[in-house]
Amino acid sequence: MSFDHTMLYLTAPEITLALLASAVLLLDSFLKPSQRVLTYIATLLSLLIVFMVTFATHVDSSLMAFDGQYIRDPMSDVLKLSLFVLMAFVFVYAKDDLRRRGSERGEFYALGLFALLGMMIMISAASFLSLYLGLELLALCLYALVAFQRNSASGSEAAMKYFVLGALASGLLLYGISMVYGATGQLGFAAIAERLQQGQVDAVVMSFGLVFVVLGLAFKLGAVPFHMWVPDVYQGAPTSVTALIGSAPKVAAFAMAMRILVDALPSMQEQWQLMLIILAVLSLAVGNIVAIAQTNIKRMLAYSTISHVGFILLGLIAGTTVGYASAMFYALVYALTALGGFGLLMFISRQGFDAENLHDLKGLNERSPWYALMMMLVLFSMAGVPPTVGFFAKLAVLDAIIRVDLLWLAITAVIFSVIGAFYYLRVIKMMYFDKAECSEPLQASTDTRFALSLNGLAMIGLGIMPSALMSVCASVFA
Amino acid sequence: MDMKSIYLTIVLLPLLGALIAGLTCRVIPRALAHWITISSVALSCGLSLYVGKLFLLDHQEVFNQTIYTWMVVDGLHLQVGFLVDTLTAVMISVVTFVSLMVHIYTIGYMSHDEGYQRFFSYIALFTFAMLMLVMSNNFLQLFFGWEAVGLVSYLLIGFYVKRESAIFANMKAFIVNRVGDFGFILGIAAVAMYFGSLDYVEVFNKAPQLSDTSLSIMGDGSWSVLTVICILLFVGAMGKSAQVPLHVWLPDSMEGPTPISALIHAATMVTAGIFMVARMSPLYELSPTALSFVLIIGATTAFFMGLIGIVQNDIKRVIAYSTLSQLGYMVVALGVSAYAAGIFHLMTHAFFKALLFLAAGSVIIGMHHDQDIRNMGNIRKYMPITYVTFLIGTLALIGFPGFAGFFSKDAIISAVHASSLAGSGYAYWMVLAGVFVTALYSFRLFFIVFHGKERMDDHTREHLKESPWVVTLPLILLAIPSIFIGALAIEPLLFGPLFEGVIKVLPQHDVLETLREEFHGIGAFVLHGMMEPPFWLAMGGLFTAWFVYMKKPQMSEDIKQRLLPLYNILDNKYGFDDFNQKLFAGGSRALGSLLWKGGDVVLIDGLAVNGSAKSIGWFSSILRHIQTGYLYHYAMVMIVALLALLFWFV
Repeated sequence: MSFDHTMLYLTAPEITLALLASAVLLLDSFLKPSQRVLTYIATLLSLLIVFMVTFATHVDSSLMAFDGQYIRDPMSDVLKLSLFVLMAFVFVYAKDDLRRRGSERGEFYALGLFALLGMMIMISAASFLSLYLGLELLALCLYALVAFQRNSASGSEAAMKYFVLGALASGLLLYGISMVYGATGQLGFAAIAERLQQGQVDAVVMSFGLVFVVLGLAFKLGAVPFHMWVPDVYQGAPTSVTALIGSAPKVAAFAMAMRILVDALPSMQEQWQLMLIILAVLSLAVGNIVAIAQTNIKRMLAYSTISHVGFILLGLIAGTTVGYASAMFYALVYALTALGGFGLLMFISRQGFDAENLHDLKGLNERSPWYALMMMLVLFSMAGVPPTVGFFAKLAVLDAIIRVDLLWLAITAVIFSVIGAFYYLRVIKMMYFDKAECSEPLQASTDTRFALSLNGLAMIGLGIMPSALMSVCASVFA
Repeated sequence: MDMKSIYLTIVLLPLLGALIAGLTCRVIPRALAHWITISSVALSCGLSLYVGKLFLLDHQEVFNQTIYTWMVVDGLHLQVGFLVDTLTAVMISVVTFVSLMVHIYTIGYMSHDEGYQRFFSYIALFTFAMLMLVMSNNFLQLFFGWEAVGLVSYLLIGFYVKRESAIFANMKAFIVNRVGDFGFILGIAAVAMYFGSLDYVEVFNKAPQLSDTSLSIMGDGSWSVLTVICILLFVGAMGKSAQVPLHVWLPDSMEGPTPISALIHAATMVTAGIFMVARMSPLYELSPTALSFVLIIGATTAFFMGLIGIVQNDIKRVIAYSTLSQLGYMVVALGVSAYAAGIFHLMTHAFFKALLFLAAGSVIIGMHHDQDIRNMGNIRKYMPITYVTFLIGTLALIGFPGFAGFFSKDAIISAVHASSLAGSGYAYWMVLAGVFVTALYSFRLFFIVFHGKERMDDHTREHLKESPWVVTLPLILLAIPSIFIGALAIEPLLFGPLFEGVIKVLPQHDVLETLREEFHGIGAFVLHGMMEPPFWLAMGGLFTAWFVYMKKPQMSEDIKQRLLPLYNILDNKYGFDDFNQKLFAGGSRALGSLLWKGGDVVLIDGLAVNGSAKSIGWFSSILRHIQTGYLYHYAMVMIVALLALLFWFV
C-alpha cells in the first residue's frame, strides 16, 4: 500500500474527529462531576473544529484514498457537514435531559462523538470492508448509549433487544457481503460495479447476496419488516439517546444505501428497485397505521420514523439523480424535524418525570405558547403541511417517482400520508384545545431554548426557501 | 410628476387611507380616522379632477400601460394595468368627487356611531376598489375591482352587525350578486378562451374577426360567440347594476347607513355595470341580439321599478326604487347604442341621486333615525337648506327643463325614439311612461316629507333642526352640479368628438347622430324639450302628486282601496322576493339539507370518512399486536421476511 500526504488531506475530518473524541474522553476523566459542563463545551468545540476542517478541505470531485477503501466526494462532504449540525443539536438537547436524570457522564459525549465517527466512515466508505467497520463502530456506540441509564430496566431491555437483533442483522449482512465477494472477487464498490458490468458473474449468487445486503440496509434504516427493534428502542432508551438514534443515523443509512445500491450494484437496479418498493410500501403502511394506536409519544414517533423511511426509500426507488437528491433532501429534513420533536419532548419533561405519553402534551399552549408553536411546526413538517419544509420534502420525492411513471406508488404514499396526518394533528389538537393536566412552568437552559426555537423556525424557514438546501442536494448528484 | 405616477397616486391614496384607518381602527381617535381618509380621498379627487381637465379640455393622450405582471399562465398574461381615456377620466372625477362629499357628510351622519373609524376605512377602501375597476385595462383587474366593490358593499350593508335585517340584507345582496358574477366570470372565461387575452385593446381589435364564429351551448342551437360573451358579461352587470330580475338586493341594501346608500348604492358602484358595457362597446356593437336583450331588460326595469316607488313609505326605499328605475334608463341607453348618453345620465344621476340620498339622510338625522315618511311633514320649516337642495335634486330627477337630469334623460328618450333595434318600440313606451311615474313618486315623496301636516310626535318636533355644516356643505356642493352639469356637459359628451376611439358605435346603430343633426345649442334643446311629450308627462306626474297628496290627501286612500289588487302587487314588489325566497332560497335549503343529511352525514362522514377512519383504527389495533415485545418473535419476523425475499428474488 502506497502512502502519501493527500490521503491525510482527504481523511482529515475523520482523523481530526478521532483525535478530538479521544481528547474529550481523556479530558472528562480528569474532571469533577461539577465540571461536566466543560466536557459539553469541549464536545461542541470538537464539532465546530471538525466542521471547519471538513469545510476547508471540501472537494469538488470524487477522490479515493487507502487503496479504494475511502472515498471523498461532494455527497459525503454535504452529508458530513449536516451530521455535525445535527449532532450539535443532539448534544445541546441531551445536556439538560441527562442532568435531569442525574446521569450526565462524559461517556455520553465521547460515545456520541465515536458514533459520529462511525457514521462518517459509513458515508465515506468505498468498500464493504470500511463500510462494515463504520457500521459496527456506530452500532456499538448506540448499543451502549441505549443502556446508558444503567438502573433503568426498560433501557437495558431495549439495549439487549437492539444488540441481539443488530448482531443478527450484521451477521446476515456479512453473509451477503461474502456472497458478493464470492461472485465478483471484489470488495471495493467501484470494482464490483465494474465486474458486474463485464458480465461472467453468477447471477444466482449475486441475487442471494443482494437480498442479504438489502436486508442489512433495511435493518439499519428501520424499514418494515426489519423494523421491530425501532419502537422498543425508541421507547426504552433515554429520550436524549432516542433523539440521537432517530436523527443522524438515518442520514448515514441513506449514504450506506447510496454506496451499496448505486455505487456498487447499479446493474442490479431492477431487482433492488422491486425489493425497495416492497419495503417502502410496507413501511408506509405499517408505520402510519400502527402509529395511530400508540399512546406513548416516543413509540408514536418511532412508527412515524418508519413511515418516513418509506419516503426516503421512494426517492431511491426512482433510481434517477433527481430521485437521489430528493431522498437526500428528505433524509436531512427528516433528521432535523425528528430532532426538534425529541428536543421538545425533553423540554417538556421535568425532574423525575419523562414526557412519554400523549396526554403529557395536553394544553401545552397554555403552559408555553411559543414552544407549543414550535412543536406544531415540527408536527406540521412531519405531516407534510405547507409551508413547512416537510411538505417540500414529500413533494420532491413524489415528483421524482412520478417522473419515472410510478404513479400508483405516489398515490399509495399520499394515501398513507393522509392517514398519518391524523396522529400528528391529534397531538396538535391536544396541545391547543385540551386542558393542561399540569401547570408547572417549563424550564430549560438558554442554549436549549435557543436551539429549540432555531430548530422549530427552521421548519418554516426552510419551507419558505426550500430551494437553497434542495439545490445543494441536487448539485452533489449532478 | 409623470402621468403614470399621477394615476398610481389616485388609486393608491384611498387604499393607504383605508389601510391606516382600518388596521388601527381600535386605537386611533375618531377625528384622526376621518382626517386621514378624507385627506387621502381629497387629494385623489383633486388629481382626478386635474386628469379630467386634461382629458376633457386639453385632449390628453390615452394612457394604456401595464404596471405589474402578476403571472403568465399558458400564454395568458395576468396583469395590473391602467387604461385612462376620456371615459375613465369622467368616471374617476365623478367617483372621487361624490366619494369626497360622502366622506365629509359622514362626519355629521355617523357622529354618534361606535363604528366610526371602521366606516371611514370601508368607504375609503370602496373608493380604491371603484378606481381600480374603472381604470383597469384588462378583464382580470376589472373583475378584481368588481368583486372588491361588491365586498365593500356587503360589509357596509351589514354595517350594523347587530341588526337582524341588516344581516339578512347583506346576505341577500351577496348571494344575488353571486348569481350575476357567475355570469360575469363565465363571460371573462369565454373571452380568455376565444381571444386568448384579457387585455381590452387586444380583445377589441380581435373582436371583428370573431363576429362569425359560433358555438353550441346545448343541443344543436348555435350561438354567436360574441352574443354569448356579451350576454354573460351583461348578466354580471344586471347583478351589480340591479336590473330585473337581479334587482332584489338594492332596496334591501338601504339597511346600510345613508352615506353609503348615496355613494355605493346610488352614485357609483351600481353604475359599474353601465360603465362596463360602455367600455365593452366594441364587443356589444357586434351583437344586435345582446343589445336587444340589454334594451328590453333596461326598459322593463325603468318602468316597473318606478311603479313600486309610488307605494313605498320608507324615505330611503322610495329613492332606492328611483335608483333602480334610473339605472334602467341608463341600460336602455346602452341597448340602443347611445353609450355616451348612458354615461351622461350616469354622471348627472350620480350627482342628483347622491344629493337626494344625502338630503334624505339629513332629514333622517333630524327625525332621530326615523325613516317612515308617514311620520314626517312640513319639514321645510325646520330644515330650509335640506329642503331647497332636496327640491333641486327632485327637479333634476324628474327632468325639469334646465336641470341636469333633463338633458340626460331627454337624450336617452330621443335616442330610443330614433333607434330601430328590435325591442326599441317597447322600450320607447316604457321610458316615456317612466317619466310620468318618476315625477309622481318623486313629488309624492317631496310633498309628504316637506309639506302638509306635521305628523311627527312632539318630542321629535322639539329637536327638529337643520343639520350641521358638515352635512349641509356636501348638499350644497352636490346641488350645484345637479343644476348645471347637464347643460355644461351635454355638448362635449354627446355631440363632441370626446369619446371618439373610446366608445365604438357602428354607423347603422348611431342614434346619437340623429340627435346631433337636430341639436342647435342648449337653449334650443331646452325649448324643444318643453314641447315634447316627456315634459308634459313630467308635469302631469308633478300635478297628479300635488293633487292627490296635497290637495285631496284622502284621495290616495280611496285610490288605494279601489285599486287594491294592483296596490298589493306593487306592495309585494311583483312577488320577486317571495318567489326567490320560496323557490331559490327554500329550494337550495331543501337541496342542501338533503345533501347534508343524505350525502354528507351518511355517505361522506359516515361511510367514507368515519368509516375509513374506524376501519383503519381497527386495523391499527390488530397490527400493533404483531409487536409482541418478545425478542424471538422479532428475530422470527426477520428470518421469515428474509426467506420470503429469497424465494421471490432467487
